[in-house]
Amino acid sequence: MTEPMVRHYGPKAHTDHPPFNYPDYRSTVLRFPNKDMVSIVQTLSETTGPGPAWTEIAEEDADLTTNAGTGGTALGQRIIVTGRVLDENGEPVANTLIEIWQANASGRYAHWRDEDHPAPLDPNFLGAGQCITDGEGVYRFTTIVPGPYPWPNHRNAWRPSHIHFSIMGPALGTRLVTQMYFEGDPLLPLDPIYNSAPPHSRERMVASYDHDVTEENWATGYRWDIVIRGPLAAPTDQEDG
Amino acid sequence: MARLGETPSQTVGPFFSIGLSGEGENVLVSDGVAGDRIRLVGRVLDGDGRPVGDALIELWQANSLGRYRHPDDARGELPLDPAFTGFGRAATGFETGEYWFETIKPGPVPDPEGELQAPHLNLIVQARGTLNPLFTRVYFPDEEEANQSDLVLAMVPKDRRETLVAVPEGGEPAVYRFDIHLQGEGQTVFLDI
Ligand SMILES: [Fe+2]
Repeated sequence: MTEPMVRHYGPKAHTDHPPFNYPDYRSTVLRFPNKDMVSIVQTLSETTGPGPAWTEIAEEDADLTTNAGTGGTALGQRIIVTGRVLDENGEPVANTLIEIWQANASGRYAHWRDEDHPAPLDPNFLGAGQCITDGEGVYRFTTIVPGPYPWPNHRNAWRPSHIHFSIMGPALGTRLVTQMYFEGDPLLPLDPIYNSAPPHSRERMVASYDHDVTEENWATGYRWDIVIRGPLAAPTDQEDG
Repeated sequence: MARLGETPSQTVGPFFSIGLSGEGENVLVSDGVAGDRIRLVGRVLDGDGRPVGDALIELWQANSLGRYRHPDDARGELPLDPAFTGFGRAATGFETGEYWFETIKPGPVPDPEGELQAPHLNLIVQARGTLNPLFTRVYFPDEEEANQSDLVLAMVPKDRRETLVAVPEGGEPAVYRFDIHLQGEGQTVFLDI
């Protein structure tokens, strides 16, 4: 039996990503692996992944201002967040699932564990949405600007406004969970999670205000592109060396 | 074209279940599924051996014939099973650090040299406090011979291989335990894929 023709992926660009051990983010201290990772060959188990099939199961649900289903609208500054998912070769990642979650405009999550921050819940805001990229890799959400929120990492610690993004991508190793931040946020230089990413790459997580995305009398617009790992070369039918 | 820089990974944080874990997603099977049903259970533990109550485990596996539900697995002679999704998610219990999946034992999948790999499950582990996804594999204790000749297991230092082999707990359907140690002496092997 031979393995069918499959795409292989370049190595993960570890230097673009945070280290596992980042003591300024205290929760890493007892949770980072302290033994070496083991490099393995990519088999069909690694070159496949849940992304492609999962899009058939998932429902699109891209408007967080109304998807609580109450008939009401979420409070806060309405925004459109859009961009493209590309692989490292610059090719669009079409038809892949993006899931997001975020705090409400007051900086409170609709989660039972978020109980210490005395900020109001919004009955018209769940804080979760999902969409599937189109043929050009474009995604688009309507939501509200999440509020900053305090957390117990260090004295007077506040997370900058952020939206959590999860991208499946085509293969197991293209899985990416990241956070989108907002241009000009004064909390960014103070945030250990944002700063856990290396200086050369951390600004890739910051969305820019884009007046072409802004819709008159409706919502301001932000643009943010996401880059995930890509295949080394397109699969071919012939052996061409 | 110059390579584009990857968007950095960030932690899933403590609130991922708002966006990522729907009910029932840790059950990969429905009625009539082909193959041997199993239950995978385990705990995620930190460097002090304490339960990690906010971890996300994602499971990706082949069906009972060893076929993945993916366009790059085009082996049409091994049909997909409509009663089997191949992908699941579980969040660990806040107090216990426990997760579980209801699934089937996967069939063998070929390796790049054309040999069959030992049956295995692929896990992605993330938690509050992990800044990148952790990849690991679950092998089966009752597949000793196949495990001996598995190409990937052979790349793992001998004295750490047992961290990738589940522990049988009996039961019907069969229960396998796979505890995930994020750190420390008995740290689970994580794979750079
Ligand atoms: Fe957050």
